[in-house]
Amino acid sequence: MKTEPHSPIAANGPTASSPKTLRVIACGMIAREVLAVNAQLGFDHVDLKCLPAEYHHHPEKIAPAMDKAIEAARAEGYEHIFVGYADCGTGGELDKVCQKHGVERIEGPHCFSFYIGNETFEETDGDYLTTFFLTDFIVRHFDTFMKRPLGLDRHPELLEMYFGNYTRALYIAQTQNPDLQEKAKAAADYLGLDYEYRFTGFGGLTPALQNAAAR
Amino acid sequence: MSEEDEIILAELDDDELVAQMHDDLYDGLKEEIVEGTNILLERGWTPYDVLTKALVEGMRIVGIDFRDGILFVPEVLLAANAMKAGMNILRPLLAETGAPKLGSMVIGTVKGDIHDIGKNLVGMMMEGAGFDVHDIGINTDVDGYFAAIEEHKPDILGMSALLTTTMPYMKVVIDTMVEKGIRDDYTVLVGGAPLNEDFGKAIGADAYCRDAAVAVETAKEFMARKHNQMAAG
Repeated sequence: MKTEPHSPIAANGPTASSPKTLRVIACGMIAREVLAVNAQLGFDHVDLKCLPAEYHHHPEKIAPAMDKAIEAARAEGYEHIFVGYADCGTGGELDKVCQKHGVERIEGPHCFSFYIGNETFEETDGDYLTTFFLTDFIVRHFDTFMKRPLGLDRHPELLEMYFGNYTRALYIAQTQNPDLQEKAKAAADYLGLDYEYRFTGFGGLTPALQNAAAR
Repeated sequence: MSEEDEIILAELDDDELVAQMHDDLYDGLKEEIVEGTNILLERGWTPYDVLTKALVEGMRIVGIDFRDGILFVPEVLLAANAMKAGMNILRPLLAETGAPKLGSMVIGTVKGDIHDIGKNLVGMMMEGAGFDVHDIGINTDVDGYFAAIEEHKPDILGMSALLTTTMPYMKVVIDTMVEKGIRDDYTVLVGGAPLNEDFGKAIGADAYCRDAAVAVETAKEFMARKHNQMAAG
């Protein structure tokens, strides 16, 4: 791999000076999946930078952080940038940042939707009213990503306030992993919700990255 | 705290007890709030004074620290739980004693949305501030809002949403109010994590309220205006 001395990522990935190098700035919740898709598609011209997964709980932080991350990437020399987020609770704020910088993002309202497939999700949206979604990431980090920030580890009595209106935990799985399925079931039991498993794979993430990388 | 340091609420004088209840609310200590509420009532406090001086003031402090990033959602919920326990004791007594009423409100989470933590907090704080609150729950469609408006004839309609995908439904409700020619009969307040002031204006609400404390203050302002207009008219 050819490296450029000014590139801060030269030791680990493709160079920003290469016109075809794509910088994906993604949610930390889908980092593993972005890397898996890259590997699957044999991309060697895509590098990944993530914003903290915890912004899932604070969507108001996503658009300002993305704005800065894109500016930083431009300063590093990246011309080709893709935003590895859906709208993700930003209410159009992320789109404004994308427009400002002339970049695109993954289509859809959130990762649960693009994993299921945006069209399918939209058609069946009403089915998910009382559904709490689990993904590989959420299952893997259930204690640190859900229980702890919600204070449930210290105050299980809050469970009803948070989840009292949900009826079902739907594990939309990116990988077929029995250990994770077991953990997902345990998470559903902990939340007091009916458990359902659905393998989605990477859903709309794959074509989104494929299209971005092809441009 | 060691056993010998334990505070006996009944041994505190009124001022100390109220200050301790503020601390206990802050720490989300439900049982202590119930105990403190009962002690004050036994000492002859009016339910209204217990509510406003001990509970509402305590929650006001919690609200400020939440806004300033000192407290987080779990702590606020614990405090709210504690306040709710105190309110449960006071509610029937307030009804009996005819505590002053500022106005009435119908509040609900919009269609497609089942998130009610914020709505419940607002409802509780509004009740604490002296409003009659009619909580119509979650996943409320236009018909649900209109049935509640018809039944309760409130001064204020409150709508809440947590999802960016459901918050546009607030506009559907407001547009329908306009169509029916009743929009100006009610003050419409909206709130929820993904909303902002611009959104509130864009959909034709009277105000966006970023948290429960702001909702109470905003509601009071609108009620004062309404009374002034009626006095002038």
